[in-house]
Order: sequence, then C-alpha cells, then structure tokens
Amino acid sequence: MPCIEARGLRKAYGTNIALDGVNLRLEEGRILGLIGPNGAGKTTALNAILGITQYQGELRVLGRDPWRERDLLMRDVCFISDVAVLPRWIKVSQAIDYVAGVHPRFDRAKAEGFLARTTIHRTSKVRELSKGMVAQLHLALVMAIDARLLVLDEPALGLDILYRKQFYDSLLNDYFDRSRTIIVTTHQVEEIQNILTDVMFMDRGRIVFECSMEELESRYMELSVHPEHAAAARSLKPMYEHQAIGRTIFLFDHVDRQQLIPLGEVRTPGIADLFVAVIGNQAGTAQGATR
Amino acid sequence: MNMPSNRSPESVRNSQPPTPAAIAPAAVSGRQTMYWAIRRELWENRAIYVAPVAAAGIFLFGFLISTFHLALQIRLASALDPMQLTELIEKPYTLAAFLLMLTTLIVAIFYCLDALHGERRDRSILFWKSLPVSDLTTVLSKASIPLVVLPVITVAITIATQWIMFLMSTAALLASGLSPATLWAHLPLSQMWVMVTFHLLALHGLSYAPAYCWLLLVSGWARRAAFVWALLPPLAIGVVEKVAFNTSYIVSLLQSDFGSGPERAPFTISDTMMIHPLTAADVSSFLFSPGLWIGMFVVAAFLAAAVRLRRYQGPI
Repeated sequence: MPCIEARGLRKAYGTNIALDGVNLRLEEGRILGLIGPNGAGKTTALNAILGITQYQGELRVLGRDPWRERDLLMRDVCFISDVAVLPRWIKVSQAIDYVAGVHPRFDRAKAEGFLARTTIHRTSKVRELSKGMVAQLHLALVMAIDARLLVLDEPALGLDILYRKQFYDSLLNDYFDRSRTIIVTTHQVEEIQNILTDVMFMDRGRIVFECSMEELESRYMELSVHPEHAAAARSLKPMYEHQAIGRTIFLFDHVDRQQLIPLGEVRTPGIADLFVAVIGNQAGTAQGATR
Repeated sequence: MNMPSNRSPESVRNSQPPTPAAIAPAAVSGRQTMYWAIRRELWENRAIYVAPVAAAGIFLFGFLISTFHLALQIRLASALDPMQLTELIEKPYTLAAFLLMLTTLIVAIFYCLDALHGERRDRSILFWKSLPVSDLTTVLSKASIPLVVLPVITVAITIATQWIMFLMSTAALLASGLSPATLWAHLPLSQMWVMVTFHLLALHGLSYAPAYCWLLLVSGWARRAAFVWALLPPLAIGVVEKVAFNTSYIVSLLQSDFGSGPERAPFTISDTMMIHPLTAADVSSFLFSPGLWIGMFVVAAFLAAAVRLRRYQGPI
C-alpha cells in the first residue's frame, strides 16, 4: 500500500485555483521534499493530505480518506505546519501530559529524553520560550510519536541556521528509520538536499517535476565552463544556463558525462538550481524537464 | 551525497526496545480523550475556578467584617417574628449564592465566546488538529464547561462558602457570649444547598444551554467580534418581528431562556428563592416542560453545526 495516493486532486479558493489536478504517489519509507514558489499550492496539498482542507478528487493516506477520518488518521500521522502553532498559554509539562493522554502512540520517556538535551524547563510556558525552543519542543513531541507519516510544512521557518541544522539532524538521526515516511516543504532547499530520497516541484497548483535523488544524480549534470567553451556547451542543448563570475554554468538533462568532462567541471546540480531551471522553463518552452 | 541510506537505520531500531504503545492496541478510549480535552480547557481558562473562588473570597472578607456586629443584630432581632428573623439571617447566605451564580454566568459567557475562536486566532488549532482528537470530542468538551463543569464547581464553592459563613457567625456569637441556637434554628442550610444544586444544574446547566451553545457556535464561526455576532442576529430577528407583526415572541422567548420569565418563578434568581423548599412537583414540572425539551433539541442542532464548522475552519 502506498503511503499517499492522490488522483486528480483539486482545490479552489474562489476563483483562485490552489490545486489543479495533482496526481501523487508516495511509497512508505521515503523522505520527500516538496519545493515550490509561494502560492504554488504546497500547503494546500499538505492540508488536504492531513484532513484539514476539503478537496475534490481522490486521496488516500495510509488507506484512509483524510477529510472524513482525520482523527483516526492522526494516530498514524504527525505534522508540524508552522513553528508557531503551539498554544502560548500551555506549560511544557502540560503539553507532554496532554499528548500522552490523547495519543496512543506517544512515548513520554522519549519526549523527555529529547527535552533533556535542550535548555527547556518543564515548568515554562510556551510564551516564555524563544522561537527556536518552541520548535525544539514541538519536534520533541512529534518525534516521540511512533507515526508512519510525518508532514513538515516549513518546520524551521524563522529559525536561525544553528537551530535549523539541529532540527534536520535530529530528524534524520533520531527519527527516520526507513519504515517512516516524511514530507518536508521549505524554501531553504539546500539545507535539506542531503536528507531527501525524493524531490517534487510544484508550481501553480501542479506537480511540474518529480524524481528520486538517485535519478537526479544520474540524470542531471551541472557544467561550469570558461567563456571559450560556452558555445560548445550550448550546442549540447542545456536545459538552463546562467552566468557566474568568469564562468557560465549549464544544466544538462540526459547528456553523456564523457561529452561534458572535456569542457569544464561537472557536478550534480543543487536542487535550488534545478528548481530555478525547471520553473524558469515552465514559463517559456515548458514541459522540457517534466516526465 | 550524504544519503540517508548511508546511515544505519538498524542501529536506530535496535537501540530502542519496542515501546508499550506499539504493543498495546493503538487507541485511547473515548472517555480518556474527553477527560484530557476537559483538563486542557481548565488549563487554558483558569477563570473557570479562579473567578468563583475569588468572588467567594471577597464575599467572605466582607462577611467577616459584618460578624463584628452580628451579636448586636441578633439581640435586636429577637423582637422580630420568626419569619422575619429567618429572612434576616438567610439574607447574606442568599446573597453569597447569588453573587457566585452571577460570577459563573459571566465566566460562562466569556468562555463560550472565546472557546472556538481563540484556537483559530492563535493558530493553535493546527496543533490540536494534529492529534487524534475528533472535532466532536473537542466541541463536546468545550460545551461541557458551561453546561456541567461550571455549575458543579459553583455548587461546591457555594456550599463551602456558606459553610464557612456559618462557622464564622457561630464563632462570632460564641465569642460575644451568645448562644448560636437562634442562628442554627433559623438557617435551613441543607435545604438551601439542595436548592442551590438544583438551581445551578437545572437552570444554569439545562435552561441556559441553548444560549451557551449559540455562543459556542458563533465563536466557531465569527472571524472577529464574536460578541457582536452573537447579539446581532437575535436582536435583528426581534426587530423584524416587532416591525412586521408587532409581536414580541422572540424577545420573550430569549428572556425566558435567561431565566426571568414568569413561568419559572420558583427557579429564578431572587432573594426569596431559598425560602421555598424544593418540591418534587417543581422538579417534575421543570423536567417535563416542553420548553426544556425544545431547548435540548436546539442545543443538539447548535452543537452539530459547531462540530461541522470546526472541521472546515482553520486559523484566521
């Protein structure tokens, strides 16, 4: 059974179309990065998956209909949709007690173990914690839940770089164990590139690109050349090019590596560059990189 | 590239013994979820018990001062006939009960107006919805505060307050060398407590229920100024009715909902309420009045609408 299966997912807010026929299939045990510009429909897609938003089309999450069975689904699904959603009046100890009280898969000892590594006091209220500490607390609560799907929508928004790094490190080291599935959206793409197994780009309510990281590494190449080789590189039909200091950077899809090596330096492209190439092309020639 | 596959998930798995939660059936009983949902409300809204306790404290302070001239009063009052004496002695006790009920009423109204609004305003609804608690449980737990929790708390605090008052005045009389017998003979405490219990549970819990549930519904629906939205529609309907038909059924209906209608005379908040002993006939006439059952039907409709609304609503 796939973890998430969506067919023809649609959602409109008035005349504004947030989801325009999204088809999606995610197997268990993957870490998917959902990348897209603002207003691409990422949050709407995630909210549909979490049963917070109504939608048209077919959607099964862990075999359930999220809109009708949100409370049952939440036994197996966890989400952090924003850093600032923990109620400000709640005490740390109360938050732990409450989740332990209502969640069948919550492991209190684990949550307390995570908190012990932070400087968060059990008697503090959320309003007294810094933004980074609130994120740590939320992550500690969520990681102590033995869920099958974890959805993170901009989980590290507004956190400084140290907290962000720590956040993703503990996610990977303390939580992910290949049987769980994680979906992450973020604008800081580079930071999560090395934890993903799959990547998906969304733009204007559609999925415009999807590929596994293995495929991305074997298929896409970034070539950095001196100006004298630029014409030769261009003749190999790059999907995208941009200028760097004294060099031109080309992005190739399905080009023989051996052809590129004589021209300059060949690397695996960063997701951010690939994203710019794909979304940029959407506006022009379109569909070039879409499978 | 540093892929997760390079790490050893087995070591992560083996380092943790299977948790009890993983072995136990993955469900929490409905009763336990409801218990925690109600505790959550008490954590967030401490006014539910702080306000009545504070009101009782203030009242007891005033009463303590009044006991200084209690002995004199009792001496003067011995000239009165027993009926007047009873009224005089009962008066502060009735006043205490009234004050506590009023406090409860205010707390309940403000609680209801914020119950489904606050969580949307501070976006914490996204956190609550990330937990396996249904919208039905959430709305019922919030409705249970004005309908059950507040009346029960108020009954307990009222009884405790009146008991303390009784001890204080007994002590004051003994200290001034008087026998407390007159006080004891003219103070039907247990009868008052039955009355207070019935009044709070029946009137505050049941008769006001449609009004409380209306406020809950509005708090789940309004984006801002829930208070205004709660007042305007009934007011508008009343005005339209008055202008169009020159009648005022709606207004009198709403009035009776808040307990000042003549048909509920034995249960209204008044100075004399403690004097009439509660009879079985009062209870049955209340329980079998069509108004109560229509009210319960309205309550169910409002709550169902609130549950549905909460499913659709997100942060504002």
